[in-house]
Amino acid sequence: MHPLMNRFHADQQRRFMELLGVDETAAPLVTRRVFLQSAGATGLAIGFGWLSPTDADAALPGTEGAATGPLAPNAFIRVGTDNLVTVICKHHEMGQGNTTGLASLVAEELDADWALVRTEYAPSDANLYKNLAFGMQGTGGSSAISNSYLQYRSAGATARAMLVAAAADTWKVPASEIKTSKSTLTHASGRRATYGEMATAASRQTPPESPPLKNAAQFTLIGKDRSTPRVDSPSKCNGTAIYTIDVKLPGLLTAVIAWPPSFGAKLVAFDAAEAKNVKGVTDVVEVPEGVAVVATGTWAALQGRRALKVQWDETAGKELDSEALLARYRAQATQPGTPFAKPATPGTSSPARTVDAVYEFPFLAHATMEPMNCVAWLHDGMLETWSGHQFPSFDHMLAAKAAGLPMDKVKLHTLVSGGSFGRRANVFSDFTVAAVNVTKAIGGRAPVRLQYSREDDTAAGLYRPMYVHAVKAGIDAQGRVTSWEHTIVGQSIMAGGPMAMMIKDGIDPTSVEGVAESVYDLPMMAGTLHSPALAVRPLWWRSVGNTHTAYVMETMIDELATAAGRDPVAFRLSLLGKSPRAAAALKVAADKAGWGKSRRSGVAQGIALHKSFDSFVAQVADVSLRNGKIKVERVVCAVDCGVAVNPDVIRAQMEGCIGFALSAIYYSEVELKAGRAVQRNFDTYRSMRIHEMPKVEVYIVPSTEKPTGVGEPGVPPLAPAVANAVAKLTGTRIRRPPFTRAGLVET
Amino acid sequence: MPVTLTINGTPREFNGDPDTPLLWVIREDVGLTGTKYGCGIAQCGACTVHVDGQTLRSCSAPVSAVAGRQVTTIEGLSSRAAKAVQDAWVRLDVVQCGYCQSGQIMSATALLEKKPKPTDADIDRAMAGNICRCATYHRIRAAIHAASAQLAG
Repeated sequence: MHPLMNRFHADQQRRFMELLGVDETAAPLVTRRVFLQSAGATGLAIGFGWLSPTDADAALPGTEGAATGPLAPNAFIRVGTDNLVTVICKHHEMGQGNTTGLASLVAEELDADWALVRTEYAPSDANLYKNLAFGMQGTGGSSAISNSYLQYRSAGATARAMLVAAAADTWKVPASEIKTSKSTLTHASGRRATYGEMATAASRQTPPESPPLKNAAQFTLIGKDRSTPRVDSPSKCNGTAIYTIDVKLPGLLTAVIAWPPSFGAKLVAFDAAEAKNVKGVTDVVEVPEGVAVVATGTWAALQGRRALKVQWDETAGKELDSEALLARYRAQATQPGTPFAKPATPGTSSPARTVDAVYEFPFLAHATMEPMNCVAWLHDGMLETWSGHQFPSFDHMLAAKAAGLPMDKVKLHTLVSGGSFGRRANVFSDFTVAAVNVTKAIGGRAPVRLQYSREDDTAAGLYRPMYVHAVKAGIDAQGRVTSWEHTIVGQSIMAGGPMAMMIKDGIDPTSVEGVAESVYDLPMMAGTLHSPALAVRPLWWRSVGNTHTAYVMETMIDELATAAGRDPVAFRLSLLGKSPRAAAALKVAADKAGWGKSRRSGVAQGIALHKSFDSFVAQVADVSLRNGKIKVERVVCAVDCGVAVNPDVIRAQMEGCIGFALSAIYYSEVELKAGRAVQRNFDTYRSMRIHEMPKVEVYIVPSTEKPTGVGEPGVPPLAPAVANAVAKLTGTRIRRPPFTRAGLVET
Repeated sequence: MPVTLTINGTPREFNGDPDTPLLWVIREDVGLTGTKYGCGIAQCGACTVHVDGQTLRSCSAPVSAVAGRQVTTIEGLSSRAAKAVQDAWVRLDVVQCGYCQSGQIMSATALLEKKPKPTDADIDRAMAGNICRCATYHRIRAAIHAASAQLAG
């Protein structure tokens, strides 16, 4: 999901919410009365009102010791008589730490003892749990904390106010004299009660309409380093965290699908005889996605698929070839497309120097550690699914449609996932729908886990699209930028689905973000876009359009600085007059990295700066060159993401973004030949390993602005920072990643 | 002919296809799900277990190859080194998505059991078979050093 969603036109948003069955009159923070009506009273162990006989067997995470009320003033919090506080998280945890973040927002205002805070994942209910930036329930666009910042704090403040009011009534003292700290209420008279002891009395209080929130000076958790360690660390370090692949249900079967071998391939016929002879195979069934082999275990399913004979018609994808596509895109880039930036001031006709460059970017797979999967079970006239449902609203709607059931007969269980990087946030709900189709095809006889093999996952499409950028920029004799002509060619991520309503005047904002909304003052920019359609489904990939636009902008700016004979930092600062936060982040990174100081021989520094998801990130990469191969030794990162809720999570996200982006710029590329993906597993779709990880230093720029994203904004500046250092070392500008293509990386 | 082996100290008998990778026996027959499937070709290390104290990528080892051997999974870790590794992992909040971390912890534990004071080069060698797409490598290295310090202290 893209942050631009929150710029939906009002009727677009209404249409969207109608589509999803969202009641927009429902307040984001519902009262206890409404909440209990919708939730079905007490005993809410896994998702309100969704308690089913299967829940005990499913061994879902995050419920151990969870409080069971009685204080449940809103949809986000419960305080139990056992003194435990349970925070209900509306966002999907795929590693980015938002579970910890949401819980710390509640705990801050509640004055809860962090050791007594538990978390669980919300059911699919767009009225209660919508992302306030999207109008639907979903995680993405680095928006989890920013959209929840006031909502989750209010939820905690409400519970605290009710506990305080109950203590005031019980002790017959003014509420204003009661202090709260570490899940305990105290009064100067010596009276003292834990939240657990006061929970029942508090549940009889009326929730306040708008409880006061703390000011920043009163914070004891927000912004306090290491005050709220990750809630998911213990279970992820002892093997007890439950992912989709780990779900256990009575009689659970495993399915793999013989997927079309190439994009657009059509099933002609299949012979299941040998597959059915494999011990453990129970069913071989045709589904809209291909041919599903269902078995009592994963190995049997894979062996069954190997024995299956399938005939495909691959005519449709025959011409689909990366090199041919690039040639076509390059040709298109010489022609003007649909304008996305019109010069506010005319460029000078005869610049002193021009830089003219064409960049080519490959398809990228997300390659999450946990290949896609979903458990689906049709029983008793209903459907239940278990998965890393990153967009529950879409998954819910599309699962219901696939099952032929109304949405209220479909229950989603959202589990932690082994990574997403954008892959699970898709409006087609591909793996959820496929799982439902398989369980339907076997007549709902048993619950089925549809499992993608690594090869299935890598070859499935939904890639970061290929893009070509053609840029021609000029500077005058004083080194000022005087012209900038920019053409982008590449698939629209939003076209062809419910997101298409975001396309305005022919421009998909995700294709041009980072160029069209650059932090630099470039009023002379003329930009146009071509959005060719392909049989390969496109998708956002961690930081979306910024994955390619930052590379182009930040290497171009660097080249222009060189052409102007200016220092790259000083040159950037001269264009940042309208963006003081960007300038500040840049200065912090440069300063901490020792920018401009001499480096040892064979080492160069490159710098880049990019704004995405409303956060500003600048990075300096120290890169060495030995025997023609580069190594990124160190990356210094400065980030301004507004109020830093969980500083250590922010650092972790910057470290992770840097490694993820470096991995991609070194190695990543999915090539298409005759419609087939060439790279299918980690042997060919290489991923960075520990010895290649640079030292990382993260500096958080202090800010009192509202919190903004951290899950993605660390990605965009890394590749151009490294490329700018490589240009210093080798004199060559790499315009076609990955760097393995230029022979610069040890393979 | 059934395959017999010991998993986390408990003797087990497996009556299925002897070519079944150890990973699926551990996960689906024994029901220990901490060991993960990532690639199926011994490239990513999410499936790492110990066999007689040595790391093994269980996705690519037929169960018949470990007949009569002692297999340890993340659930069966109990050594001093293992506890130090798990403690350090939690203390430093190494995990992000966490899916690879059982395998990372198994590799790190095997390293420290053999070499309580590893150098960075030792860490590179011992951990090279474990991919982390969240790129928590920076903290994995720090946690191994922290665990090593704890073992020494």
